[in-house]
Amino acid sequence: MSDEHLRLAGVTRVYPAVEDQSPVHALGPLDLSLRRGEFFSVVGPSGCGKSTLLDVVAGLARPSAGTISFEGKPVDGVVPDGIGVVFQEDASFPWLTAYDNAAFALRRAGVAEGEVREHVERTLTFMGLWSFAQAYPAQLSGGMRQRLCIARTLVTRPRLLLLDEPFGALDQQTRLLMGDELLKLWRDTAATILLITHSLDEAALLSDRIGVMSARPGVFIDMVETGWPRERDSRIVSGAAFGEVTGRLWSALRDQSLKALAMAS
Amino acid sequence: MSRAGWLRLLLSFGAIGLLEAACRMGYVSREAVIPPSMMVQGTWRALNSAETRTDLWLTLQNVALALVLSLIVGMSAALLLHKLPRLRRALDPLLASYYAVPTFVFYPLFIVLFGLNRWPLVAIGFLFAVVAVIINTLDGLSRIPASFVRTASVMRLTRAQYLWHVVFPAAAPWLFTGAKFAVAYSFIGVIAGEFVVSGAGVGHAIAFAYNSFDNRMMYGLILLLFVLVGGINTALSMWESRLYARRGGR
Repeated sequence: MSDEHLRLAGVTRVYPAVEDQSPVHALGPLDLSLRRGEFFSVVGPSGCGKSTLLDVVAGLARPSAGTISFEGKPVDGVVPDGIGVVFQEDASFPWLTAYDNAAFALRRAGVAEGEVREHVERTLTFMGLWSFAQAYPAQLSGGMRQRLCIARTLVTRPRLLLLDEPFGALDQQTRLLMGDELLKLWRDTAATILLITHSLDEAALLSDRIGVMSARPGVFIDMVETGWPRERDSRIVSGAAFGEVTGRLWSALRDQSLKALAMAS
Repeated sequence: MSRAGWLRLLLSFGAIGLLEAACRMGYVSREAVIPPSMMVQGTWRALNSAETRTDLWLTLQNVALALVLSLIVGMSAALLLHKLPRLRRALDPLLASYYAVPTFVFYPLFIVLFGLNRWPLVAIGFLFAVVAVIINTLDGLSRIPASFVRTASVMRLTRAQYLWHVVFPAAAPWLFTGAKFAVAYSFIGVIAGEFVVSGAGVGHAIAFAYNSFDNRMMYGLILLLFVLVGGINTALSMWESRLYARRGGR
């Protein structure tokens, strides 16, 4: 089995002109190769195409040019089997209990109810939500709802997990703790993770490797290997190496962020 | 019951008591309004009359047909318009000004089209209700969060699964509002049609009592309708509140 799990070659995304506006070149051309089981994060200034990158990798949007392959098979506008996505927004279904939310995808796929229960119980327990299985999302905190969205994705056992700023709406302390949980599930599931984040600390804490994107159209301008051991948690933030990683990220990003600000204004 | 509920009950009973007293003491002519206690007697008399029960059953059947048709056609039309935004933009002004059109003017046309049977009345009730369903369903469809749509894509749901398990539950609060309007409008359309042009149904019975100066029967039937429609809407509202409560307003 090849060690390469995901490959992007010359991926470009241009949004076509709408009415009197010009086409928007949002992304690329961009090359990337992710190893199986790697934790890779993408940081970049606002509007650089991070979420667009996630959409094309997930198969939610087609690239205007270039190719994407997941486990050796092309991804082209259809979400392939084995990919799970967690969005920034709370996407838990408010009309379903936590249990039914987590069971949703398996039931739609026609999995037998006994098997559904087994998977859901294991996943909700793993995410610390089993005692809230019969609660509705409205009865859960923001952090618990986001954990529920992760659980709903994990229950399908994705081999590639795409996370689009999943902790963006949470406070700093909760983000650190959620980061620990994410590292634990990454180790336990052996999934490859691609995390989109605007937080340099989060990227530095969680990742094996970080891709720094330029202002729009987003291309990778730096790749930072963190060198962390696989067994790690949020305590690494107090080490000197952590500061070095975030410092390098900011050095690469500062000019791009200024450029993005100038473009926005 | 909440304080507001008790207050509402107190105000209602207070108003009924005042009207009773005003009628009994002769401040209000009984040729215009009868005391509420006599209205209740009229309702009781109506319910004990086989003829009125037949009228009521006919009206309820017509309302049910108009309601079901308006829900099916209204929701289907809304789904289509949601998929075709250009058509929706073109039709928006027409939908917004729809209730300015006096639907009853089409009654003669419906008689020509459907004959002298229940269907012209059902058509009037349907026309009254269907646009409320379309407008509210469109509102609900527009408010489905993009993250739900993307989640459905990631889960690779079929079109039917997406509609049944995501779209309808997500838009349920708006669908409910549309259904509540449809109940009220179906009753209005059918009863008013019966009142003006039909030879049967509760609307016709009210018109007959009015023309016969039988105020007790007329008010009794009006009260019966009031309780019936109010009861159905209250039941729907209670169901809606329970749904909303567990969804936390989402």
